[in-house]
Amino acid sequence: MGISKEEVLHVAHLARLEFSEEEVELFTTQLADILDYVAQLNELDTSKIEPTYHAVPMSNVFRKDEVKPSSPVEDVLANAPERENGFFVVPKVIK
Amino acid sequence: MQFEAVIGLEVHAQLTTASKIFCSCSTAFGAAPNTHVCEVCMAAPGTLPVLNKKVVDYAIKLALATNATIHPVAVFARKNYFYPDLPKGYQISQYDLPIATGGYIQIEVGSQTKRIRLVRIHMEEDAGKLIHDEHRPVSFVDFNRTGVPLLEIVSEPDIRSPEEAVAYLKKLRAILRYLEICDGNMEEGSLRCDANISIRPLGSKELGTKVELKNMNSFKHVQRALEYEIRRQTALYLDGKEIIQETRLFDVEKGVTVSMRGKEEAHDYRYFPDPDLVPLKVDDQWVEDIRQTLPELPDVKKERFMKEYGLPAYDAEIIISSRHLAEFFEACVKIFPKPKIVSNWIMTEVLRELNREGKEIHETKLTPELFTELLKLLEDNVISSTAAKKVFSEVYKTGKRPAQIVEEQGLRQESDEETLRAICQKLVKEHPKEVEKYRSGKKGVIGFFVGQVMRETKGKANPKVVNKLLTELLESE
Amino acid sequence: MSCFWDSLLSLRERLAKKELSSQELVKHFFERIKEVEPKVRAYITLTEEGALAQAKEADKALAAGENKPLLGIPLAIKDNICIRGVRTTCASRMLENFVPTYNATVIERLRDAGAIFLGKTNLDEFAMGSSTENSAFFPTHNPWDLERVPGGSSGGSAAAVAAGLCAGALGSDTGGSIRQPASFCGVVGLKPTYGRVSRYGLVAFASSLDQIGPLTRTVADTALLLQVIAGPDNRDSTCVDQEVPDYLAALDMDLKGCKVGVPKEYFGQGLSQEVAQAIEASLEVMRDLGLEVKEVSLPHSPYAIAAYYIIAPAEASSNLARYDGVKYGFRAEGKDLLDMYKKTRSQGFGPEVKRRIMIGTYALSAGYYDAYYKKASQVRTLITKDFAEAFKEVDFVLGPVAPSPAFKIGERTADPLEMYLSDIYTISVNLAGIVGLSLPCAFSEKGLPIGLQIMGPHFSEERVLALGHQFERALGLFKQHPGL
Repeated sequence: MGISKEEVLHVAHLARLEFSEEEVELFTTQLADILDYVAQLNELDTSKIEPTYHAVPMSNVFRKDEVKPSSPVEDVLANAPERENGFFVVPKVIK
Repeated sequence: MQFEAVIGLEVHAQLTTASKIFCSCSTAFGAAPNTHVCEVCMAAPGTLPVLNKKVVDYAIKLALATNATIHPVAVFARKNYFYPDLPKGYQISQYDLPIATGGYIQIEVGSQTKRIRLVRIHMEEDAGKLIHDEHRPVSFVDFNRTGVPLLEIVSEPDIRSPEEAVAYLKKLRAILRYLEICDGNMEEGSLRCDANISIRPLGSKELGTKVELKNMNSFKHVQRALEYEIRRQTALYLDGKEIIQETRLFDVEKGVTVSMRGKEEAHDYRYFPDPDLVPLKVDDQWVEDIRQTLPELPDVKKERFMKEYGLPAYDAEIIISSRHLAEFFEACVKIFPKPKIVSNWIMTEVLRELNREGKEIHETKLTPELFTELLKLLEDNVISSTAAKKVFSEVYKTGKRPAQIVEEQGLRQESDEETLRAICQKLVKEHPKEVEKYRSGKKGVIGFFVGQVMRETKGKANPKVVNKLLTELLESE
Repeated sequence: MSCFWDSLLSLRERLAKKELSSQELVKHFFERIKEVEPKVRAYITLTEEGALAQAKEADKALAAGENKPLLGIPLAIKDNICIRGVRTTCASRMLENFVPTYNATVIERLRDAGAIFLGKTNLDEFAMGSSTENSAFFPTHNPWDLERVPGGSSGGSAAAVAAGLCAGALGSDTGGSIRQPASFCGVVGLKPTYGRVSRYGLVAFASSLDQIGPLTRTVADTALLLQVIAGPDNRDSTCVDQEVPDYLAALDMDLKGCKVGVPKEYFGQGLSQEVAQAIEASLEVMRDLGLEVKEVSLPHSPYAIAAYYIIAPAEASSNLARYDGVKYGFRAEGKDLLDMYKKTRSQGFGPEVKRRIMIGTYALSAGYYDAYYKKASQVRTLITKDFAEAFKEVDFVLGPVAPSPAFKIGERTADPLEMYLSDIYTISVNLAGIVGLSLPCAFSEKGLPIGLQIMGPHFSEERVLALGHQFERALGLFKQHPGL
């Protein structure tokens, strides 16, 4: 159960990460080792087992449809790497 | 070779809750950028979502109104992708276990009635707004809209023409507005539509390659985009060329669809149940409680109006297009039991004003009492139909009683035969040449006399009576 | 009058008796910090001015006779818990200059109780790690042996408590990140039941596993801190709506006749002799306290690490998607949006974080979801059932916290998988969402602390703390301190 370099590059793109050649080599090996290790889960027959997504069973947690004051716009933009006229500024998506 | 189009529509309806789906910021439209934002909806580190119960109420409402199956357990899932208007880097939506599946929307095209089946209805949050700068290579992000609740309604590909598509959208909008859960305004973005369309030879059971269409911002756009796409795909098919599975944008200016190929890539959304939200358990009692609040829905109301009030289908369709309008109609007919007259006036004068102002009837000064008072004055010949239109405008503008306006503006019609006869006689005497013309066969000259009487009476003469009297006078001598 | 080794409870008493003022206390701690911190490096940010101002307020309140539970008590807070107006970095370049405009719920509760904050402590970046060596800034050093790791990811908090640099601290635990550093540093650390403490304001790592918990020098101190921070929170949907009992009052409950289970799967290879012996000795103490010790089985234990290292990275990969250079945090220049995203995230995150994002993204990606994330979640059910079965026979499950005492800095950084495997004893507790308390039970030959783990079913904190407290009193190890 290995992982190919192409798969590593594809996953990196999905996660919006980029790596140098050496890093790709290293990650490919490390990821392959880890995936190899976790594959042992296949030893277990879980065909009749429901997955657990919540450690403590709960349901129906709600809030009322009430408006509360929003944050002052200065707070919203307080940590913005780039801002202009009350907006966050980002580079354009390439056309 | 004959072809048929196979169309499915994916509609997003923005819900009219006061607060957002996962935080308490206001959903009100038009605020200054980033002023309806808190740390939760801007995805600050460490923040968590909490579900607005009303959103579920509204989803259940729509499911009931479309005969969909409501699932006893529903789960929110994360749809992961990167875009600046999506602050968390994922959208909280639903995947495996939506709130409802199945159901249908009934449409009428011509005289045909057809059911368009639904695949599913689910809840999700809206993204923010991205504004592109014209000159510099930057874009601006406003998170006000992030977290506004949406219902996504997916239809089966049961739609067979652009007309059916528009009929579907109109009916869906009517239902949403009847339920008072969505404004249903495509131009404002509270109702959005994407289409999936393929074509196939008539009679074939196989599906052709489907193309996704986006960027249609009105019913007209939807119609034009689908029409164009049908032509495009048909031409390719006949040429023996391949139809590529892709997403195309509707170009409003040119009325064509344009490929997005190269700009878009296949998304791997990596859906998984959102660990920050717990499962939704919808029990029978909750559904029943919501069912109790359902209004009479458009289709049912239309049938009833046709039966009870004898309205033709076309008229009924218009009257029920807005629940408030339908209620107004019924209230009027209760007071003034002449449904055809009421419906005619609504379809002409009333709707003209409402459309001009972009208002709903209940938002205006026009009440059933005022309106029917006017209709009664007209019916009783107290005013002429021309005067009635004038009075209507005034009532609509000011909310004053029609009787008051008639008095104030001296619009009371003169219907007394004796009075009018005297005037007619006088004018006939004064215009012998025209009398000659009439008697020599030009019956249309009566209009001249009517006009003269009107002038003489400052428009107050009852035209019917005047006509009758003039005819008598002109014919007799 | 060295007060920096005092327990939180005794400091509280001294403040109430006016033996010393909160301002004096804070000053003492900062003096000690100035002396010891260059060696230990437990803190990322010190908030001396703020602390003194808070202490001044506390002294006024104390003089007025107020008796809030933590009035005037100085605490250290792990730097992945948001404090309004204070830089919260998560030990990452990504948030190096991020200043939250809101408080975590636990912070509000601590402030309402009168507590004071001395600063933000070091951690493995975004809480991903078991040694605090993954901090983007610097490693923290174990106060018992400065060449060794304090454990992770709450290494800074554990070291600060162990070295007398605060009266108590908060950490977070996703796979052992409170308990293992507590064990390595010879202090008490509790991972409460999942949902016992609000996660609002805790920078998320793995949402279904994360919990905030206390680190202190005594079990009673942990009980007090838990008392203050626990309870329902309408800002966290996963925070359970259950009343908070009086943990302090319960500490001396009668536990005679209770049963302690020891999983046979825990004593296989990998466990160091010293630790095995320390646990054996602890079981004797349990018997002396009147409890019955018996063997239990947690048959799916060997699969816990595999399940965890799919689930946690999967959730993390999604939780960390918000760090994109748009709204806050680090941003790198890019020629377009995609370039900006990639450079920002590649430069802003360290290697371990990137590694886990990669694993997580892979485990959720098209075609792999069923084989990885769903499968791991099914195994999680089996592990949860193991504990449920065990708790039908026993009241507590006992075991080691880590296979060995603290290792040397740099010793395990080459092989990430090796580091992961050392989480064996703590990880199942997070998967099942149950209670886990780590407290000192022995010292190794080299004088390094060894921790014992007491586990209990959901919402059994009263009992677990009681057993821990009585065990601690019996052993008296809390009186020992590193020679710093």
